[in-house]
Order: sequence, then C-alpha cells, then structure tokens
Amino acid sequence: MAPILEVRNLVKLYPRVTAVDGVSLDVEEGCCFGLLGPNGAGKTTTVEIMEGILPASSGEVRYRGAPLGSRFRNEAGILFQKTALQDFLTVRQTLRLFRGLYAQGYDIDELLQLCSLQKLADRDNRKLSGGQQQRLLLAVALVNDPAILFLDEPTTGFDPQARRNFWKLIESVKARRRTIILTTHYMEEAQRLCDEIAIMDRGRIIARGPPRRLLAEHFADVLIELPRDDFPAAARDLPLRLIEGAERIEISTNDLEGTLKTLLAAQVPLGNLRIRPPNLEDLFLELTGKELRA
Amino acid sequence: MIRRLLAIWHARNLEFLRDRGALVFSLLLPLALVVGMSFVFGGPERAIFKVAVLTDDLASVRHPFMTERFVDFVPVDDLAAASRKVARHQFDLLIDFAPRATRYWVNEDSPKGYVAERLLLQSEPAAQRQPVSGQAIRYVDWLFPGILGMNMMFNCLFGVGYVVLRYRKNGFLKRLNATPVSAFEFLAAQVLSRLALILAVTTILYVGVGLAIGFHSAGNPGLLLAIAVLGALSLIALGLTIAARFSSDELVGGILNTLTWPMMLLSGVWFSLEGSPDWIRYVAQVFPLTHILDAARAVMIDGAGAAAIAPHLAYLAVTTLAFLAFGAWSFKWRSD
Repeated sequence: MAPILEVRNLVKLYPRVTAVDGVSLDVEEGCCFGLLGPNGAGKTTTVEIMEGILPASSGEVRYRGAPLGSRFRNEAGILFQKTALQDFLTVRQTLRLFRGLYAQGYDIDELLQLCSLQKLADRDNRKLSGGQQQRLLLAVALVNDPAILFLDEPTTGFDPQARRNFWKLIESVKARRRTIILTTHYMEEAQRLCDEIAIMDRGRIIARGPPRRLLAEHFADVLIELPRDDFPAAARDLPLRLIEGAERIEISTNDLEGTLKTLLAAQVPLGNLRIRPPNLEDLFLELTGKELRA
Repeated sequence: MIRRLLAIWHARNLEFLRDRGALVFSLLLPLALVVGMSFVFGGPERAIFKVAVLTDDLASVRHPFMTERFVDFVPVDDLAAASRKVARHQFDLLIDFAPRATRYWVNEDSPKGYVAERLLLQSEPAAQRQPVSGQAIRYVDWLFPGILGMNMMFNCLFGVGYVVLRYRKNGFLKRLNATPVSAFEFLAAQVLSRLALILAVTTILYVGVGLAIGFHSAGNPGLLLAIAVLGALSLIALGLTIAARFSSDELVGGILNTLTWPMMLLSGVWFSLEGSPDWIRYVAQVFPLTHILDAARAVMIDGAGAAAIAPHLAYLAVTTLAFLAFGAWSFKWRSD
C-alpha cells in the first residue's frame, strides 16, 4: 500500500541557519510516527512543512500521492505547540466554530465525550487549566475526524497524571486506525505511543525504524547501573562498554554473568547496582550526544 | 529602584527603536499633522469667520469691513449657491457690496453668523439683511452626519485592524490556516461582522439623536442606509488592508493614526473646507470619509436623490473592492 504521507528531500533555509537539511520519510496509513530530537533539532519546522503551514525552501510533501491541497486541509487535524483560541467563547462554541469549517466530522457531543470535556462544555476557553486546554485543542484537531493527525509536543508542561490521561486519548484515536504524526522530546511518550520513530538532530534524520528494532540495533541486551562514587578509577581500564552520566555510570552488555564476574574480580562494590533494559532515552543520548532538556 | 526602572526603560526603548515601521510612523504622524494643520488653519493669523463676498476679484473690493481681522474672505460668483451655503453653515456670512446698498445673508441660527453680522453692521449700519435661500438649518444638523461618519471611521479602522492583528500575534490565524478556510472567506466574515455592528450603532445613534434633539433630515432613509453600508464597507476594507500583513501593534497603530487624523481634519467632519486651497480639497477627495459625509449631508440636508450621490457611492464601492482585493492578496496568516 502506498504511504499516506511522503516527504522528499525537505530543506528549509533561514538567513543564518539551515533548519531542515534534506529530510525524506514515508508514513504508512494507520501508523503512529514519532519525530524525536533535542530542542532546536528542526522537528517543529519539519512538521509545519508537512502540515502545509510553512513553505519549504526545496523538496516536497505528498498526501495520498498528490501535493498538499484542499483534500489534505479537509482530512488533516493539527495540534500546534502553541495555539490561542478566540476569546469569550465556551468550549462547545469553539468546537462548533471549527466544526463549521469542515464538510465532515464528529458530532459535538461525541467529541466532548471523546476528549473528556463534557463537564467543561459551557466553560469559557480562558478558564481552562493547561491540561484541559490541551484536551480542547485536541478536540479541535479531531473535529473533522481526520485521517491524519499531527501532534506537536502535545504534553509539554503537563503533570504526570495529565500526561497519562492524554496518552489514553491518543491511544483511543490510534485504535481507530488513524495516522498520527507526533513530535516529542519525552522518550517515554514515544516508546508508549509510536510504531515507528525518526530521530532528528541538526536538521537531519540520524536514525529511523520501529523503537524495538532501533534499540536492538544499537544496544546489547541490558544496562548495569552503578553510582559513580562506587566505581573505582582502576575499573575504567576493564574491557567494558561504559556510558558515563553525571552521577551514575552505565555498562552496556549482552553477557550479564560475565560482566558481573569481571566487576566482582575488580572489587567494585555492587551494593547499589541496578539492572534495566535500555530505553529510547539511552538510544537518544547515544545518538545525539546531548542531554535531553524537558 | 532606579536601577530596575532604568533596566525596563532601556529594554522598552530598544524594543520600540528596533520596530522600524512603528518608529517611522510615530515620526510621520506628527509631521503630517503639523503640515496638515498649518495648511488648514494656516496663514499669518487664524481666521475665525468665513465670509463669502460676491465679487470676481477680492482685491478690488474697497470696504472698511474688509480690513477686519480674523475673517477669511472667500470670493463667490453664484449668489444662490452661496446663500445655500450660508443656510448650511458653510459660510458665516454672505455679502454683496453693491454700489447702492450693501446686502448680506446670514443664518439666524448660526452663532458665528450672529457675531459676524454685528461686525459688519458696525462698519456699515445701513446694510440690509436678506432672507437666505433654502431652509436655514441648525449647526447641529450640519455637524451630526460628520459625527456619525467619524464614529464609523474609528470603529471600522481600529476595531477591525487590531482584532486581526491580535489573531495573528496569538496564533489563532495560524490555526485557522490549518483548516480549509481561505483568506478571502476569513476577511469577508470579518467585514460582515463589523458591518452589522456599525449599522446597529449608527442606527441607534441616528434614531436616538433624532428623538433627543429632533435634527433635520430631508432625504430618503433608504439612500442613507446605502451610504452607511457602502461607507462602512470601504472603511472596514481599508482597516483590513492595513492589518493584512503586519505583526507589530505599534506599526499598525501608527498607520491607523496617520490615516485617521488627516481624514478627521480634511473630510469636513468639524468644519467646511470652503475657501481652502485647491490641493487640500483634492486630497480630501481621496478619503472615503469625505464621500460618505458629502453624500450623507446631500441627502439629509438637501434631500438629494440617488442620481446626485451616485458618484460618491460608486467611489465607495470601487475602493471597497480595491482594498479587499489588496488585503486578500497581501494577507499573512503567520506572525513574522
């Protein structure tokens, strides 16, 4: 089956920076595609070009085989990083406004229920909390029952509970086989929601594939974590793959037993040792070499 | 405290100076005002009275009254037309220094006419008062269309301009751009929304003031409605044109001020441009407000028909289309 969205050689030049530097990717229908990267990597610029909001300097984006046009506008739903809504409107009136702009879409009550907004339906937009406002913006993005949904850092600034609630909403959209394109710098979010990810850095895609496959490709099976203070200087010469953090040192290995024996032999204290599987954050740091800033 | 105050003062100054457009317009506006005022009220002394004199050559008229100060003498050749202007407060006094006896026309309802008449009678007690042709109207009857028009102008230009600017700055326009809405649909919706508001406000003012002071309106209310609709459309479209691109409050504010002040002074809201230099009257013809007021006064004061005000209506219609087309063409959804 042909991809729902094809991106070919996107370049976006600003007077002093190349924000996007030759990005190509395909998004399959029904897939949740995650675009990850540190701040300033070019995620939002790339996504806004894919949304048809920003013009590209060169390259092209095709939706269902054709350049972005009125069909795309009708079938796409977009949640920007920052959006203001019209003042003095209630939640219901806001949804009615946007519903009026599309030929097809949800019934307002259905939408309120889908985004857990029933109790807020008659509240003024401006009197919503951050999480509530974002749910309303998601409802606005879903108002036309989009075939493709763009979410640009949808949970930035959320508390953990609000974030998990929001993920459940996204999962219900996913369950209806809608295509989702998500940018985030929360690796947990990407790991939970995305079928496929691309990691961007400095305007380029540096890795892409299903999260599991990327982890398998880049990491041995497990990570051994030790406090930095417990790790003697002499042990640095051991034949181990070390990943150094500010307070901890991690050892990546596919031979857990052998590595533990080596550490014991070197008299490394193992009282505070932890063993965990690698996650996307490890992959991210390994590939971009930068600390993630939430 | 001073340090904190200075820090904020400095940052604000930088912000303002770096917003080049705003800077230019904040310099341009006072300059335009100075130039405009000096021509409107110009000359060695500011004239208080505007007196029409029936003559071909003002310089050849020898009469003690002609030496009075603070009087602007305007030569006229059509007695009937000038007399109508006296009835309409466009002239305070009309004088015919005929060899046999000086005749003059004054609107008894005009305060300035009364004082000018006293001045004339002092230099020539035998001057004969003549009845003005046409119905003499009160100053308020002449001023009222101007007030309505001015209110309309501010409401249209500032109301529409700033709203679109706010939508652009806070990203609401960007969100709309992600929907199937076109620039023209968005602009047309803004125009119609503001038009309904303006018509409601103007109607309330018209009826309310009519009941309160019983002003004179000779003409067809349907024509007045047509003038109000086309006039408001033209001014709203002008406001949208200015707000179509820019993202700076101060720049848009500067442009709007630079437009509204000359319109307010030169469109004849407060005083007639009778006797002003030709070029001022040509400039005034560019402003939509001039056409709104000329047409409204013609209908309200003279009971003019559709044919008489057709050129004004046509001008308003053409400018509406031109402004809207330019606005849609130059429209920007995103802020810079």
